[in-house]
Amino acid sequence: MAQTNPSPTPVATGEPLLDFENVEMTFPNGTVALHSVDLKVRRGEFVTVVGPSGCGKSTLLRIASGLERASDGTATLDTDRIGYVFQDATLLPWRNVMANVELLAELQWDTMAVRRKKAQEAIDLVGLSGFEKHLPKQLSGGMRMRTSLARSLTLDPELFLFDEPFGALDEITRERLNDELIKLFAEKRFGGLFITHSVSEAVYLSTRVIVMSGRPGTIVDEFEVPFDMPRDPEIRFTGEFAELVGKVSHALRGAHS
Amino acid sequence: MSAESTTIVKRMTSGRSAGPAKVGVWGPPVLVFAGVIALWYAISASLGQRSFILPPPNQVLGVFLRDSTREEIFAGLGVTLQTTLFGLLLAAVIGIVWAIAMSQAKWIERSTYPYAVVLQSIPILAITPLIAFWIDDGFYARSVVCLLIALFPMVSNTYFGLQSVDRSHRELFGLQNASRWIVLTKLQLPAASPAIFAGLRISAGLSVVGAVVGDFFFQQGVIGIGALIRRYQARLQTDELFASVLLASLLGVVVFLVFGLIARLAVGRWYDFG
Repeated sequence: MAQTNPSPTPVATGEPLLDFENVEMTFPNGTVALHSVDLKVRRGEFVTVVGPSGCGKSTLLRIASGLERASDGTATLDTDRIGYVFQDATLLPWRNVMANVELLAELQWDTMAVRRKKAQEAIDLVGLSGFEKHLPKQLSGGMRMRTSLARSLTLDPELFLFDEPFGALDEITRERLNDELIKLFAEKRFGGLFITHSVSEAVYLSTRVIVMSGRPGTIVDEFEVPFDMPRDPEIRFTGEFAELVGKVSHALRGAHS
Repeated sequence: MSAESTTIVKRMTSGRSAGPAKVGVWGPPVLVFAGVIALWYAISASLGQRSFILPPPNQVLGVFLRDSTREEIFAGLGVTLQTTLFGLLLAAVIGIVWAIAMSQAKWIERSTYPYAVVLQSIPILAITPLIAFWIDDGFYARSVVCLLIALFPMVSNTYFGLQSVDRSHRELFGLQNASRWIVLTKLQLPAASPAIFAGLRISAGLSVVGAVVGDFFFQQGVIGIGALIRRYQARLQTDELFASVLLASLLGVVVFLVFGLIARLAVGRWYDFG
């Protein structure tokens, strides 16, 4: 790929890819999902949002992707190359892995040769080589998520949005996918916005953790994560890591009450 | 010790269970079949002189040994099958197009779906003589009977299949600004295909019924098995009557099985019909 030798620690650069200014979201039934949210995501930044269920963190992502419009404030996108990874893999069950990964390129009207090339690269990148002909029902949950990830990668996104993608996976698969995601991030240096309710996942993955509280959804705290990218998996067992997880958890507990 | 002995135990259990399992599947229906045949013989024999109202099985099967009758019945069956398939084709095309139209515009759904339901509740026997008034050609008239009876399952199954698409799948396409046509052809229709094939199977069975009912009313031209049944009944040819009733029933079963097989071949690769 373009960056075979990435800088070890991607740094946030340039204008924000995603810029939320004073974003408000009120649903027709009167529920205030987001209140006065300011948030910037730059290239080379991996921002994770943690918060209790129903705090509006998914709404945040839906506004960022353009699936929903904010009721007030401005949400500015500085790129049209957006990857969106859903909570479940959302694969088309009648298409095999290759055809599923090709889908987005197909919807962009790429030629057959181009989309095959993009899809093959993405499949190799997520470690699914040899499974091109498999149908989704023949894959494990983790492999389905990898396929979903590969599908988004074919767009070569500048901004990558993740809506609790690994929530349904077992702990070991989840950790492995976290490591692969970090590898991808270090290599591609996209801007990432990741929603999760796992604090340790948030700290491990991101360069910045944002804590939200619910009803109305507001940002209550923010933590910079100082560890080097790509992350050493062993870092999970260090005192510094545990300390930061503790701080974020504490802030989250405050957000709950 | 343990590894070896478990293998042996496993092999023994599997060896023992293979036999009874098969008997378990095939045994009961075969027994019922034998029972029905035996009962049939018994009743037929007990009728004595009046056994013509229920001729014994061997006499019914004997009909197929007589060349002229056999040819007559099979020709009728062929005509009925043609009607069935043509009527089913009409129902499938019209039903799918109708359902697609409803999925594209809510007002079409609101203004026309009630009539699909009405269609479903029309007593087909009552309306068939009308069709005879309107359409001269026997074949097309009979096919229209099939269409009327087979249309509803096609419309409703296709429509609900098209509407059943997951929200996240829709959003996946929406994020790429996919047009309605692309969403329809690459998402909705493939997602609906198991429902469409299930509808096709139900409609195929109903279309056989429509074809036989149509035969009853349209006796002109080449006649189908329904017309033959009526003729044999009128002439008290009970052997032939029973033979053709059996064959007509068999046609229904075969059509149902064949369309089940077609559904499995088409989408069974990824969809589990259970």
